[in-house]
Amino acid sequence: MPVPGITVETIMREHDELELEVIAGDKGLGNRISNSEINRPGLSLTGFFDFFAHDRIQVFGKGEWAYLNSLDETQLKHISELFFSYHLNCIVFTHGNPPSPIFVEMCISKDIPLFISKISTHKFITLISQILDRSLAPRTVRHGVLIEVYGIGILLTGKSGVGKSETALELIERGHRLVADDMVEIRRLSESYLIGSCSDLLRHHMEIRGMGIINIKDIFGVGSVRDHKIIELIINLKDWDDTLEFDRTGIDNLTEEILGLQIPFIELPVKPGRNIPIIVETAAMNQRLKKMGKNSAQEFNKKLTQYIKQSQIETTPGKN
Amino acid sequence: MKQHLAKINSDSNGLHARPASVFVKIASLFPCEISVVRDQVTVNGKSILGLMMLALGPGAEFTIIAEGDKEEEAIEKLAELVETNFVV
Repeated sequence: MPVPGITVETIMREHDELELEVIAGDKGLGNRISNSEINRPGLSLTGFFDFFAHDRIQVFGKGEWAYLNSLDETQLKHISELFFSYHLNCIVFTHGNPPSPIFVEMCISKDIPLFISKISTHKFITLISQILDRSLAPRTVRHGVLIEVYGIGILLTGKSGVGKSETALELIERGHRLVADDMVEIRRLSESYLIGSCSDLLRHHMEIRGMGIINIKDIFGVGSVRDHKIIELIINLKDWDDTLEFDRTGIDNLTEEILGLQIPFIELPVKPGRNIPIIVETAAMNQRLKKMGKNSAQEFNKKLTQYIKQSQIETTPGKN
Repeated sequence: MKQHLAKINSDSNGLHARPASVFVKIASLFPCEISVVRDQVTVNGKSILGLMMLALGPGAEFTIIAEGDKEEEAIEKLAELVETNFVV
């Protein structure tokens, strides 16, 4: 597995909007950040270090800066020594406030990158949180096709050659949208949903056996593609096999786990003459219904049990 | 499971469309699962887009993994294919 986290240098180089200017400790630019939260060290600066979140980015806003300025030399030296005795990964002063020389010296001797950012603390925290959430999100790659059908992101999986791409092509032809063919990059954002996207190189391309590589955006237009989509349903295509059992009622909501999240799952048997795209479309609409709180299979079953009860009452003598 | 560390010939043009298609064609002849790994990215060895996504250039090292029926034979054939610069 790759080393977790993102380096301070990557954040600085790739995100100009943070307006980070390094003023000391550039030897520590390789420090890694693996926690997506940030810390305002106000309380620690007063000397209270319990639960000090030293592994997060330390953001010194107007308040922290003013507090440090209110201290005399000995107090400042004392608190700096305590503060820098922890293993820190980087420090940012917002509003363009210049840190005191003691801080600069400490950062140089400990190789901790010290930045000044001209933007406000609020804006900085909002931006950096988004950046960290995005880059630290757990990720994986799945073999399959991701397509948006009636607004539902469907991940089509199955063995190579089972007809995933062909099914997707017919769906695109019917007005739905391709997100990724073959390799779907999946990220788990905010613990509750999965976002699927495509690698830059393969974006908008598909491979159709017998025809080769085609560019969906060029052929079907910009309306036929999307760059990313939340995955709400997984459909696994499987060669028809008389010995296999397939779901016949749909009463149980099956799920498959990806990155720790349970995603609704359907297994579709494939055989010549079975129109898979239409079934996928219907599955998408059924999924939308379920999201709106309407489960056709369960409702039908309820109706059936009621009907059975009713006919029992009618046929049992002496009950009426 | 069988695996093999392979290296693209340094004086070739790398694994572009044509060699990728040859690799996939040979890989698809075997019933086992075949994957190709480079820098922690794993792709299906029977999928041409996945293989090309790895953008294997001249001299690039990668691992071929086969699992299932005829895995040994598959690895042998594919390793030989890489060594002979994708000429069948």
